[in-house]
Amino acid sequence: MTTAEQGTTLLKTMEINVAEAEKRTGKNAVNMLETYTVYLIETRPVDTVSEGISPTPDSLWRRYSEFEILRNYLLVTYPFVVVPPLPEKRAEFVWHKLSADNMDPDFVERRRVGLENFLLRVASHTALSNDKIFFTFLTEENGWKEIVFETGFQAKADSRLKALNATFRVKNPDKRFAEMKHYGDELQSVISQLLRVRARVADRLYGVYKVHGNYGRVFSEWSAIEKEMGDGLQSAGHHMDAYAASVDDILEEEEHYADQLKEYLFYMDSLKAVCRKHELTQFELEMAAQDLSSKKQQREELATGTVRTFSLKGMTSKLFGQETPEQREAKMKVLEEQIQEGEEEVKEKNSECDEFVNNAWCDIERFKDQKDHDLKEALISYAIMQISMCKKGIQVWSNAKECFNKM
Amino acid sequence: MSGGTPKTLCSSGQRSLQEICHPLSAEDSSVLTPSPDVGTAAATGSIGEKDLSLPNGTPVDTSSPASSSSLLNRLQLDDDLDGETRDLFVTVDDPRKHVSTMETYITYRVSTKTTRAEFDLPEYSVRRRYQDFDWLRIKLEESQPTHLIPPLPEKFVMKGVVDRFSEEFVETRRKALDKFLKRVADHPVLSFNEHFSVFLSAKDLNAYKKQGLALLTKMGESVKYVTGGYKLRGRPVEFAAMGEYLDVFTQKLGTIDRIAQRIIKEQSEYLVELKEYGPVYSSWASFEAELQEPLEGVAGCVANCCSALEELTEEMCEDFLPVLREYVLYIESMKNVLKKRDQVQAEYETKLEAVAFRKEERSGVSPQMPTDVEKCQDRMECFNADLKADWDRWQNNKRQDFRQLLTGMADKNIQYYEKCLAAWESLIPLLQDKQENGKPETN
Repeated sequence: MTTAEQGTTLLKTMEINVAEAEKRTGKNAVNMLETYTVYLIETRPVDTVSEGISPTPDSLWRRYSEFEILRNYLLVTYPFVVVPPLPEKRAEFVWHKLSADNMDPDFVERRRVGLENFLLRVASHTALSNDKIFFTFLTEENGWKEIVFETGFQAKADSRLKALNATFRVKNPDKRFAEMKHYGDELQSVISQLLRVRARVADRLYGVYKVHGNYGRVFSEWSAIEKEMGDGLQSAGHHMDAYAASVDDILEEEEHYADQLKEYLFYMDSLKAVCRKHELTQFELEMAAQDLSSKKQQREELATGTVRTFSLKGMTSKLFGQETPEQREAKMKVLEEQIQEGEEEVKEKNSECDEFVNNAWCDIERFKDQKDHDLKEALISYAIMQISMCKKGIQVWSNAKECFNKM
Repeated sequence: MSGGTPKTLCSSGQRSLQEICHPLSAEDSSVLTPSPDVGTAAATGSIGEKDLSLPNGTPVDTSSPASSSSLLNRLQLDDDLDGETRDLFVTVDDPRKHVSTMETYITYRVSTKTTRAEFDLPEYSVRRRYQDFDWLRIKLEESQPTHLIPPLPEKFVMKGVVDRFSEEFVETRRKALDKFLKRVADHPVLSFNEHFSVFLSAKDLNAYKKQGLALLTKMGESVKYVTGGYKLRGRPVEFAAMGEYLDVFTQKLGTIDRIAQRIIKEQSEYLVELKEYGPVYSSWASFEAELQEPLEGVAGCVANCCSALEELTEEMCEDFLPVLREYVLYIESMKNVLKKRDQVQAEYETKLEAVAFRKEERSGVSPQMPTDVEKCQDRMECFNADLKADWDRWQNNKRQDFRQLLTGMADKNIQYYEKCLAAWESLIPLLQDKQENGKPETN
C-alpha cells in the first residue's frame, strides 16, 4: 500500500479499524513488571473490499501510549489543524455503577471504539492523513517509535507546551480567533456540566428501576396465599423483575452518548491550542515589528544627533563626551544591517502569520461544520435512545397490566 | 329481589332465636318488637303468597334462620352481577368548606336513589361531614357485630403535615367515603340497617344521634359481647385459616406500601436531577448557532418528561397509597370480628362444660339444656354463618379492588411513558430535517 495522493484522504483508499483489545504483561522502562492493554489495528485496501475479495487484513498491535506519541507528533507538526482527541486516559464523570477501573472490560471496549474513531478522523483529514509517520504507525509495528523520535518532534513539543502556557499580550489579534477561543472555553464548561448532571440523572434512574424489582419478590410471596389471584400476581411479578433488569442496557447505551460529548469536550483543547498558536505568531510578528521600529528610531537619532530615546550609550556619551565620527559611522553600519535583517524578519513573520491565519481558519471552518453535524447526530441518537426506553417501559407495564387484569 | 321487600331485616346475631323475624316476613312492623312464633311462620302463612324461589328456579330453604342471611347474600350476589336489580344507589360528591366561629370543616353531599319501601322518598340529598360517617360506622359495628364493616379513611391527620383542606386531600377522602357507603349499600344485611337509612335520609342527623342514645338505654340490652375471661378450646379450621391469611396478607400489604413509598422517593430524587439537566441544554443553546434549535428542543423534551413524572408521582401518592392503607385498616377491623367470634365460641364452650360438669355431679338427669347455653350456641352458629358469608363477599371485593388498584398503577406508568414518548418523537423530525438541510460531512 502506498500513501494517498495529495488532495485526497487516506480513508478513501484504506479501510482501518481497531478490531480487538488484549491484555499484555511486560517489563517497563524501569524494568518492573506491568500489565497493559494493546489494541489490534487492522488495515486493508479499499478496492479489494469493494470488488468482493476480502483478503486477510494487515494488522499490528499498539498500546495507548503509542497513540499519545502519534498525537503529540501531529500537534507539533500541524499547528494549524484542530487535531482530533484521544479517548480519555482514565474514566471520568462516572456514575456509581460504572467502573473507574482502566482494566474494566466495558471501559476497554469503549476505549477501543474511541481509538478507532481517532484513527478514522485523522485518516479523513486532507493534511493529516498524508503524513508519512501516520502511515507508518498503521503499517509498521516495530521500529515506528524510533522513526517518530528521529523527527525531533519531542523538542518542538516541549517548546510548544511552554509557549501555550506563557502569558503575553497581543495588540492586534484576529478577532475571529479570540471569539473561537472564547467559544472553546464556553463549550468545555457547558459540556462538563452536562456530563456531571447526566451522571447524576443516570444514578437516580438506576435507583427507580431497581426498586421495582422488590415488587417481583412481594408479588410472588403474596401469590402463595391467593387462589384465583395467584397466577396473575406471579406473572406480573416477573414483568417487574424484567423492568428492573432493563435499566442496565439502557444506561450502557447512554454511555455512547456521553462518549460523543466527551470527544468534543476534549476537542476544545485542540481548538483553543490553534487559537493560541495564532496569538503566538501574531505576537512574534508584533515583537519583530516593534524591534524593527525601535532600530529605525535609533538610526534616526544617530543621524540627526538628537537623543529622544533614553539609552545608556547616550548617557555615557553625555557624561564622558561625544563619540568620534568614525565610531558613529560604525554604529550606523551595524544598525543598517540590523534594520535590513529586521525587515526580512518582519516580512517573514508577516507571511507566516498570514499563512497560518488562512490555513488555521480554513481548518476551523471545517471543524465547525463537522462539530455541528456530529453533535446533531449525537442528539438524534440520544432522542432515539429515549424513545426506545419509553417504548420498553410501555411494553413492560402493558404486560403487567394484562396480568393484573387476569387476577 | 323477588316478592315484596321486607320492612326491615334483623341481623340474626342480635337476639334469641324466638325473637328473630323471618327475613321474608311481610308482617314485621318494627325492628324493636319481636314478632311471635317465627319458627312456625317460616313454614306456613305469612310467606305463603310470596314466590321465594331464586331467580333460577331453585326452591328456597327457609327453615333454618341461620341460613337466612346467607340466602340473601346469594340473592344479593346475583344482584351485584346484574346491576339493574339493585334497588339502592348512593353517591358521595360535592365537597364544600364551612367556616364558623368555632371551627372549619368540610361537608360532602350524599345522594341516594332507591325503590325500597322503608324509604319515604325515592331520592334524597343530604350533607354529611366526616364525623357523621364515623358515627355511622360505629353504629354499624355495634348493631352488626357479626359482620365485616367496611373501613373509613384514616380519621386523624397530623395538622401541619397534611393540609386537610387541600384539593387533593379532600378528593382522596371523598373517594374513600363514597366507596364506604357503596359497600354498605351493597351489603345484604348492612344496607337494611336503620342507622344507615337514617344517615341517608335525615335532614337533621344530630337530633337522631341523641335520640338513638336514649332508645338504646330503653332497650336495656347491651349489644356488646362480654369479652375476656373465656378460653378458646379449638378454633374451627376455616376461621383459623382466615386469621392466618389476614396475618400474611397484612404483612404483604405493608411491604407493598413500603416499596411504593420508596419508589416515590426515588422518583422525586430523579426529578430533582432532571430539573437541573434540561436547563443545561438551554444555556448551551444560548451560544450556538446551528445547534441552537436542536438543543432547545432537547431542553423542552426534558421539561415535558419532568412534568409527566410529577404527575405520576402525585397520582401514586393520591390514589395508590391511600387505598392500600385503607385495606390495612379494613383487615384490622376484620381481625377484631374474628376475635369476637372466638370469644363467642369460648363462652359457649365454657358454659357447655359447666353444664356437663354439673350434670355429672347430680344423680338425676337434667330435663333440658339451660336456655342461656342454647342462646350461646345460637349466637355462635349465627356468627359463624354471617362471617363465612361475609368472608366470601370480602374475598371477591378484595380481588376486584386490587385488580383495579394494580391495573390503575400500570395505567399511570403507561401514561407517563406515553407522554415522554410523544415529546421525544416530536423532536426527531425537527432534528433530522435540519440535518438534511445542513452541510454534508466534508474533510
